[in-house]
Amino acid sequence: MSSSLPVRNVDVNSETRPFWEATAVGQLVLPRCVECGATLWYPKSFCPLCASSSVEWVPASGRGTIYSFSITRKGAGVWAEHGPYVVAYVELDEGPRVLTNIVGCDVDDVHIGMAVSVVFHPTADGPAIYRFRPTPDGAE
Amino acid sequence: MARDARNLAKIAGVFEHPGRHLPDLSLPQIHAQVGVGALADAGLTLSDVDAYFCAGDAPGFGGISMADYLGLRVNYTDTTETGGSSYLAHVGHAAAAIAAGKCQVALITLGGKPRTGGGAPGGSAGGASAPEGPFESQWGSNVPNMYALAAARHMHEFGTTSSQLAMIKVAASKHASHNPNAFLRDVVTVEQVLDSPMVADPLHRLDCCVITDGGGAVVVVSPEVARDLARPDRCASVLGHGEAIKHSANGRVDLTHTAAVWSGPRAFAEAGVTPADIEYVSIYDSFTITVLQTLEDLGFCEKGRGGSFVESGALEAGGRLPFNTDGGGLCNNHPSNRGGMTKIIEAVRQLRGEANAAVQVPGCELALAHGTGGNLGTRTGSATLILGRTS
Repeated sequence: MSSSLPVRNVDVNSETRPFWEATAVGQLVLPRCVECGATLWYPKSFCPLCASSSVEWVPASGRGTIYSFSITRKGAGVWAEHGPYVVAYVELDEGPRVLTNIVGCDVDDVHIGMAVSVVFHPTADGPAIYRFRPTPDGAE
Repeated sequence: MARDARNLAKIAGVFEHPGRHLPDLSLPQIHAQVGVGALADAGLTLSDVDAYFCAGDAPGFGGISMADYLGLRVNYTDTTETGGSSYLAHVGHAAAAIAAGKCQVALITLGGKPRTGGGAPGGSAGGASAPEGPFESQWGSNVPNMYALAAARHMHEFGTTSSQLAMIKVAASKHASHNPNAFLRDVVTVEQVLDSPMVADPLHRLDCCVITDGGGAVVVVSPEVARDLARPDRCASVLGHGEAIKHSANGRVDLTHTAAVWSGPRAFAEAGVTPADIEYVSIYDSFTITVLQTLEDLGFCEKGRGGSFVESGALEAGGRLPFNTDGGGLCNNHPSNRGGMTKIIEAVRQLRGEANAAVQVPGCELALAHGTGGNLGTRTGSATLILGRTS
């Protein structure tokens, strides 16, 4: 079911290319402001805290917890064939709350506070989209 | 101490299109019908208009296309686009422009055909051209499930229940039962809301607003123009206006509040009144959760106490704080998927004593109208108006 959620190509531009190139090799990176050290989200090359355009792309843990979620029983368009699915905000260990899907478990087992880890689903073009699944007990 | 209204801009005319299903009208025709209707309500005509305001629902080149279609000769225009809250922002901008001497008669129009040929409602949040698009539009996100994220978090932090949210729909349905033009006129119970299909947990179908064709318009005039109207007593003074944008805050979005936490205090401060002074509220009601959070954010109850506030029946006509007495977006009308215009219109009806008799607030002198545009799950525009009866 949810492991086969739709994947479509993403619009990559010069500003976001480092983020998407990392996903293509199975890595979640976050932009960090070189000037003030803030971790940024969504990925961009501008710091809204200090107006710097100098960012570095730092590997993230790929771990987080669910901040909020909703189960959609019947989606629209290509999602209509993939119901029920979970849209969620995952709060990464690095701070940002990231919009995503929760996969790899029954939708009714999902709960706020659940520990989750990133998984990548490749697009036809090469970059992968990032989703999250429950972190197995005892995983480091 | 309330602001002296004598030298403030007034809402002199309002018009809500009576139609909810308009397959035979074009979008410009709807804008024209509501615009002419609001001007007639004020005792004015298109030739009196010297300022035109519209938002993203207007066709073609927006204000330029519609000024051409309507034959307007305007020297002031504003196409501020903050989704469904745009029209409340327009009223504030018109009042400021009038105070600055830039114009005297401002026409604001809204029209849309989401039932019969407009844009599809509830599409993916975020477009490819938006910088956030690639990070938000992949997930099967749509309007209901994004608002549901806000509802789920509010429930988690404050214990808000689905039954409490349902009470908002129940109140709206009671009000709509007195509105012959309302799209949904049947009174519903909490059980009926909870038994309606789950669209996006925890929001049921009856937690969602209606999808209707239609439109509305408002005419804002200078105090000098208002004095010369046949019925200056039907004008509503623009006492206070506040605006804000709430965004994802560099990925630290807090889903438990709306931008009303900022726009509300600005409007109250300008008007010189407090939430306790307000006798009627039009609260944007795209979903029940939108109402609940906005009531808290405007200070009508403490943050997190919205559930018990609405559970008390406060929002029903005759209650502590009657809301959306036309039935609101939940039951009456949500033209163009933008509920802000109708929020202004019903507030003006209340101040004039022209609401439907069963839901009229006796002697209503002070009303608040609030709009929320965008998406509660990500980023929103917000506008709050405080309006007073002209004595």
